[in-house]
Amino acid sequence: MKQCPEHVVEYMHEYLDGDISQQHEKELRTHLKSCDTCKEHMNELTNVVAFIKSAAAISVPAGFTTNVMHRIPMKPRALKGVQRFLRRHPMLVAAVVFLILMSATLFSSFNNSQQFSVTKAPGLIVEGETVTVPVGETIKSDLVVENGNLVVEGNVEGDVTVVNGKYMASTANVTGNVEEINESFEWLWYSIKNGVKKLFSTAD
Amino acid sequence: MDPLINKRIKQVLKGDQSAYADIVSLYQQSLHQVCYRMLGNKEEAEDAAQEAFIKAYIHLHTYDQKRKFSTWLYRIATNLCIDRIRKKKPDYYLDAEVPGTEGLDMYSQLAVDELLPEEELERMELQERIQYEISRLPDKYRAVIILKYIEELPLQEISDILDIPLGTVKTRVHRGREALRKQLGDL
Ligand SMILES: [Zn+2]
Repeated sequence: MKQCPEHVVEYMHEYLDGDISQQHEKELRTHLKSCDTCKEHMNELTNVVAFIKSAAAISVPAGFTTNVMHRIPMKPRALKGVQRFLRRHPMLVAAVVFLILMSATLFSSFNNSQQFSVTKAPGLIVEGETVTVPVGETIKSDLVVENGNLVVEGNVEGDVTVVNGKYMASTANVTGNVEEINESFEWLWYSIKNGVKKLFSTAD
Repeated sequence: MDPLINKRIKQVLKGDQSAYADIVSLYQQSLHQVCYRMLGNKEEAEDAAQEAFIKAYIHLHTYDQKRKFSTWLYRIATNLCIDRIRKKKPDYYLDAEVPGTEGLDMYSQLAVDELLPEEELERMELQERIQYEISRLPDKYRAVIILKYIEELPLQEISDILDIPLGTVKTRVHRGREALRKQLGDL
């Protein structure tokens, strides 16, 4: 077995696949005549093929086609794709339509509202375009600063949002989320999120 | 290209659902057979074959009519079976210790290397034994061996079905045959 060329087994498989070259087949036959080990190997492979091929056809369970037809979703093709989508996802569609309508106004509102603005809350210090929550002061509401900076040294009990500006904090204590929005689409996203939140809270 | 099948496909795509029944009737034998040989369990094979036809129905609009329909169907069925085999694998080991006397269905529960005692192998009928040996093949080899020797498909078509190169199909057929040779010993 040790002196058998390695490719002999490969030729056996080429032979079994029916795509052996004449040259390889000749070599294989010559080798098999002189080598009992490989002859045995070849026989076993031939038997394996015969064994598997003797597998009997399995009969299909009764009523197979009928069962498939019963399980098929009702006339999905009869509806055009868009219609089907609308029917399956009414909420999603409503939200998308809502967002499209909103975004048109949002982009323009973003570009138009370059002026500085800040949520009015007692205790805030406004100097130019910088809003400061001084040390020891607690703002008990959400805080939104547009086109300006926010410095928090005191406490904010709510969310903080800075649009087109910088949020700076050293010893700040903000109980809600802090968000900085500096891109048009981010601003859009922020508005959408809030819009959706409102939509769903009014829907409830 | 089978003109009848293409006609039925067009009818289904136009919304005539009932035309699909002809398609199912024509291919049920092949698809069910492949699923049974892959999964080794009658109930599962029926369910998988049904699922394959339903999947094909839902995605019929993606079928490229220039290609062979049966190739496309076989692909859906084999992918589905391979998925099921892989999902099932951990359970194999859990169930492996249950002593098996309930016939065919238990072989699908066996771990790949789990061996039955010699005398039980000898009691087995030929058909039972064939399925047992197929079930012991790693799923990579199992699929090609089934498609080649039970469905008797050309290697090129197997390559299209499994979406693997022809050379890989050949290698898997070779290894599959060698694996079976070792499994069978001197049967
Ligand atoms: Zn030799």
